[in-house]
Amino acid sequence: MDKPQAIVIGAGFTGVAVAYDLAQRGIKVTVLERGPLVNGTSGRTHGLLHSGARYAVDDQESAIECIDENLVLRKIIPQVIEPNGGLFIALNESDMAYREAFIQGCADCHISIEELNPRQALTLEPNLNPKLITAFKVPDGTFDPLRLAMGFAASANTHGAEFHLFCEVQDFILDGMGNVKGVKYLDRSSNQINDINSDIVINAAGVWAGEVAALAGNIDLPIKPTPGVMVAYDQRLCQRVINRLNEPGDGDIIVPQRKMITVGTTSFEADNLDYIPVFDDQVQLMFDRGCELIPAIKHTKERGAFMASRPLLDSGTKGRSLTRTFKCFDHKESDNVDGLVTITGGKATTMRLMAEKTADLVCQKLGMHVPCQTAEIPILSYRKFHIAQTREVA
Amino acid sequence: MTQTWSITYEIFRKKGSQAAHYDRFEMKVDPDEYVLDGIERIWAFHDRSLVFSHACHHSTCGACGMVVNGVEKLTCITPIRSVTKDGGVIRVEPMRNFPVISDLSVDMTVFYQRMESVGHQPVVSIAHEDSKGKFDPDDDLLRLSDCIECGLCISACPIALTTPAYLGPAVLAGAQQSGDLNLCVLELVDSENGAWRCHSAYECTEVCPSHVDPAWRIMDLRKKLVSRRIKKFFGVK
Repeated sequence: MDKPQAIVIGAGFTGVAVAYDLAQRGIKVTVLERGPLVNGTSGRTHGLLHSGARYAVDDQESAIECIDENLVLRKIIPQVIEPNGGLFIALNESDMAYREAFIQGCADCHISIEELNPRQALTLEPNLNPKLITAFKVPDGTFDPLRLAMGFAASANTHGAEFHLFCEVQDFILDGMGNVKGVKYLDRSSNQINDINSDIVINAAGVWAGEVAALAGNIDLPIKPTPGVMVAYDQRLCQRVINRLNEPGDGDIIVPQRKMITVGTTSFEADNLDYIPVFDDQVQLMFDRGCELIPAIKHTKERGAFMASRPLLDSGTKGRSLTRTFKCFDHKESDNVDGLVTITGGKATTMRLMAEKTADLVCQKLGMHVPCQTAEIPILSYRKFHIAQTREVA
Repeated sequence: MTQTWSITYEIFRKKGSQAAHYDRFEMKVDPDEYVLDGIERIWAFHDRSLVFSHACHHSTCGACGMVVNGVEKLTCITPIRSVTKDGGVIRVEPMRNFPVISDLSVDMTVFYQRMESVGHQPVVSIAHEDSKGKFDPDDDLLRLSDCIECGLCISACPIALTTPAYLGPAVLAGAQQSGDLNLCVLELVDSENGAWRCHSAYECTEVCPSHVDPAWRIMDLRKKLVSRRIKKFFGVK
């Protein structure tokens, strides 16, 4: 019997992980991505491999997903990770007031932490603000966004998944009952419109998932795109991720990578998701807040400033209090449109788990009984990734 | 405070078998924005068919290398102010010496395969001074290595222009960085299309956005290869 066919829309973290999991379970996968790999939100992350500690007080479901998947990613794809851990530091009384809740939250979410006195913290990270009152070690890490995605995509490749980049979905092909049977897409590299049929379509378009789902009918997804700015500085002033010990807030994190550091981030709501400008006042805010954690940023050159939009799930609350967890929608259940599944929300750190849950649902819908193995198998070298067809040399 | 410049982007266009040409886009920009920001706005607001590569927007991934006014640049960290003036032009072309997928995007598959074959290490010890080869094996802290595999050095290399068979600066630098000159790697780098093909133009080091200094590494690799041959000649293991 022929393999069942699936189309994955979007090659962000979610899309490449879903493609890998489905291909690994024996499904023929075609990925359609309107740009290059991780050109949207996924690429534009500061690259934090979450320990979950950031969410351990307010969003424990997400915190537990993060710490569990943090440990899995360290194991299966170490080639793209700086595994050096992180610190949460307190600089004033307001920070100290958060301390008890933080310790309790991390215990609730089985995130292993260790409290350090200021001298110990400054020995580990000499550039920290010397006025720090206390610090906690947490198992944070850093990843390279493009190579994390390329690794999953390379593993998907070896199981036969094809990646069609610069291919923008224009419409769904529906049967007479309004169920999804395939997609029509524009190949931007040749300006040709093509059709492709499939047994199921997985919408992994992130902040654009609402726009994609709406092509299939009157579907309303509860996604609240929430952009934030990040600023990179031209020197590696810390070896570990540095977090502010307090409620999640603007400019509460510094992430090192290669020979630089990135300060993040803000949180607001945006209209046009295809282009979100970098606002000067937010860049200034990152600088000011970053200097509170590491004063030497004052004397460091800015290397780049950029903006990305988180695909947060709308639970009726605003901005920072939106949950960081994810949700998989079977549009047969929610909208009576069969053949279409949407996966959205989540964090880069939980990409593999999001894919597992999505592939579980897809397999169930296709009547397949194949277990997920992605938590156990090492991911291939990102350099083994290749696009669908070899094109002519210009 | 924020300035506004009127500039013209001249963008290289190529679709399938059509002839290549340039499209002009008049833009209002802040000169402190990056070249990539303008290209992304052209796509978002003027021409949705524009193909270009980008991902991280802060110089850690190496996806957005292009030729800007004739010079190889990582466009996400290249301020507009540094390549043109108010009323000026920014001509953007795909990197040289790679197959063009379309417009500004090139296919890096062969390049990545070569980086893999020479064993370039994507993660190194924190204490590892990449450009001088120092190494402290006791340090358990790790970081991602300097080379972001952007391909700018290969685009700028006058020898890579003469033949696609030449491994090119990043790949030879990758072999030097890995330090593991096993027989497979030696066969690649100690050869006509390896370290000996370089003419020491140092264009690679000139355009490298990420502290790799490929030209120095190629020279260092040659030293290692020569020393190996001499030892072999005298029968030293």
